[in-house]
Amino acid sequence: MKYLEEFRDAALVKNVVDEIHRIVTRPWVLMEICGGQTHSIMQNGIDQLLPPQIELVHGPGCPVCVTSLELVDKALAIAAQPNVLFCSFGDMLRVPGSNGDLFSVRARGGQIRVVYSPLDAVKLAQANPDKQVVFFAIGFETTAPANAMAVLQAKALNLTNFSILVSQVTVPPAMEAILSSPTNRVQGFLAAGHVCSVMGYWQYPEIAERYKVPITVTGFEPLDLLNGILMNVRQLEAGSHEVDNAYSRVVNREGNIPAQRILKQVFQICDRNWRGIGLIPQSGLCLRPEYDDFNAEVRFNVGEIQTRESEICIAGQVLQGIKKPTQCPAFGTLCTPENPLGATMVSSEGACAAYFRYARTESVNA
Amino acid sequence: MCLAVPGKIIETYDSAGMRMGKIDFGGVFRETCLEAVPEANIGSYVIVHAGFALSVLSETEALESLEAFRELGEIEAGLSS
Repeated sequence: MKYLEEFRDAALVKNVVDEIHRIVTRPWVLMEICGGQTHSIMQNGIDQLLPPQIELVHGPGCPVCVTSLELVDKALAIAAQPNVLFCSFGDMLRVPGSNGDLFSVRARGGQIRVVYSPLDAVKLAQANPDKQVVFFAIGFETTAPANAMAVLQAKALNLTNFSILVSQVTVPPAMEAILSSPTNRVQGFLAAGHVCSVMGYWQYPEIAERYKVPITVTGFEPLDLLNGILMNVRQLEAGSHEVDNAYSRVVNREGNIPAQRILKQVFQICDRNWRGIGLIPQSGLCLRPEYDDFNAEVRFNVGEIQTRESEICIAGQVLQGIKKPTQCPAFGTLCTPENPLGATMVSSEGACAAYFRYARTESVNA
Repeated sequence: MCLAVPGKIIETYDSAGMRMGKIDFGGVFRETCLEAVPEANIGSYVIVHAGFALSVLSETEALESLEAFRELGEIEAGLSS
């Protein structure tokens, strides 16, 4: 596919890998924020091409993983209601709630559909006027404009049977939470390219300056990832902490202004509880009050939720780059993609799932 | 989830007031909302996530990046010779 294959070219990959080996002199810990990048790194063996001095730790950029247990439980309760058609991205179906997952709700007769786009859920609402269609609107800034657009479209179509259960989170507050933690190990960040395609990277210089960390906007293909690592390590070796862009074909400093306008029209900033991490102030997006008619939490009263999390799972520490998946006693034994204890083992972006799928063991990553 | 792929716009149309496009992802065709990329037209490459185009791919920047990776190899060859 054009503009994909070129960025997987083996000869060019070798050029960038050689350059990284040539310039590195000391150990560095880099974090890729986005779970999609984690999977690309593992799938393409990027971690194994790097000099031993460079350690990659994996960030919280997995929306399915950080959606709070309370919201997952709410989703299960709403999806179990008789007249509801519950729509979700496929990743969410096996995420464990306190008591089962969306698959188990479906097994008990709940109507659950996997959709590719929130706009597909709007179409389902049009086609099923006798049902309440609810879309589980999870995601980072990348997904927020699509989720917002679905609400605007439902409003334009005067739909009264469409609502969204919002679990939107934002990247910069999470970066700050990681950097200000006493256990932080991260010295340089690979910023999530597609989040930046929407939001730009004008917010990052302040973070880079305050915490003295270089931040490099990075894409997803092997050459993008390696170029991001190269640019970041160059800065670390030089002792600088600027914001640079290794994904210039997709991202510019300002981001996508029309997308930001759509996002801000529908959502406002709120505090958000991240699964395994806890409350991060001002790290979420919620529907503005004028869109209450489309807010599933307003439309459906599911009563009080009593959450119960696995006692063994260390997903929260994995998501903050404090521990590797292989340091969990349950990894690959009690916890597998078919039988996950935590969301990081389920999602196509979860670090535990990536380690399991691409067979990273303690010895490889030691 | 934040995965997004480049595809080429082959058709644009209006759907209930929303600007939409038919996108060719290397032979797979999908419908995509083009509301956030007003500058994109037929023939443009857009980056699509969850049925929504996030940005127009800069073909100039793409070619420049690839050229820079090629030059890196030449510089290294020069250094080692």
